[in-house]
Amino acid sequence: MPESLRALMAEVERDPGGLAFLRAVEALRARGQLDEAARVALAGLEHHPNLADAHDAWARVLVDAGDFERAWDEWGIALALDPRHGGAHKGLGFLAYRRGDFETALDHLELALAAEPTDRSVVQALKVVRAAAEAAVAPAPAVESAREHDPMPSAAVNAQAFAAPDARTPESVFAGLEGGEYGMLLFDPRGRTLAGVLRDARAGHIVSDEVAAYLAGVSQEAARTTRLLELGEWRWILAEAEGGTLHVSRPAEDALLLLARDRSVPAGRVGILAVRAADIARRWLEAQRL
Amino acid sequence: MTARIRQALDAITRIRGVHGAVLVSGDDGLVVAEALMEGVRGHAVAALAASRFQRFRRATEAAGAMAPEFLHLQATDGSLLVVPAANGVLIVAVAAADINVGLARLEMIRAAEAFA
Repeated sequence: MPESLRALMAEVERDPGGLAFLRAVEALRARGQLDEAARVALAGLEHHPNLADAHDAWARVLVDAGDFERAWDEWGIALALDPRHGGAHKGLGFLAYRRGDFETALDHLELALAAEPTDRSVVQALKVVRAAAEAAVAPAPAVESAREHDPMPSAAVNAQAFAAPDARTPESVFAGLEGGEYGMLLFDPRGRTLAGVLRDARAGHIVSDEVAAYLAGVSQEAARTTRLLELGEWRWILAEAEGGTLHVSRPAEDALLLLARDRSVPAGRVGILAVRAADIARRWLEAQRL
Repeated sequence: MTARIRQALDAITRIRGVHGAVLVSGDDGLVVAEALMEGVRGHAVAALAASRFQRFRRATEAAGAMAPEFLHLQATDGSLLVVPAANGVLIVAVAAADINVGLARLEMIRAAEAFA
């Protein structure tokens, strides 16, 4: 745990009724420590049940955990407490966009922008949602195409999550996916990282290069294994360890995708996340080649 | 091979879709014991599984997740499953693509315990 987070957690412990828990929840979310983030967010809510920011923080944790229904409810409570709460409008805009309700998404995002006019992430989100809304009223094939290229197959409310995959930077390719900020890594068969980031499950420091180097030859080895054992073509490899689960797949001929999640995430769910991430990785790689 | 180990390997191979189970020395990829269907190449399975496991052990350790407790290579026509046991031994199963992984994993863990 970094010093800053440790200090923050100490502050929360020292003053459970204070507001340090809001920053602590964000810091824990950023590190992917969802269980701990949930614990701190709920403890904060107990002390501040009428604070919109507390419900906003809890909603963000719920989105990270994929519990969109409860997140919707929490942001609804936040707005009931503070109708001009920018974070809640942004979150509801995200969820509405995600379910294809562009009109509601635009309403909330415009209110979010009114509440926080300098928030560039909201401006970016508005652009994406307006484009999607326009595509939705275009002739059928275009609608299909827009759905097919849904830039937000999953969670996390931030600016990058609203950007189309081909417009994302290497650091933000997986933004919006659960664990995209710390446990998704794209690398080539020679062990060179291409995009994403992998953090050490315990210490939190970046280990992208090291792990990519160790897994560099995995594609050829897996192919050799399945050929010799007559198992067909390899699709993915899952390694469950005491401190986490690693999932490796090949979204493109010249790229490997690694997902790392803690053991609280069931292996099957890791597989689902991998499929979503692979789709985004493929589109991003195609855009880089143009 | 002791009766207990034999029994443990047989329990794995009784699962529908499992083509065979092998006890492998993780360090050198040599077969310690096997229960394989005809046509399954035990030595190849052992060597390849040991090698893949070592590579992933380095990766999971580098990622701060510690050593793997279960490795699953999924292919279009089959799968390779590995569970580590005591003294560097690996329990390896070769199976169909649509194997009940949960059940196989459970029996492999039991086999690993039998070897301890």
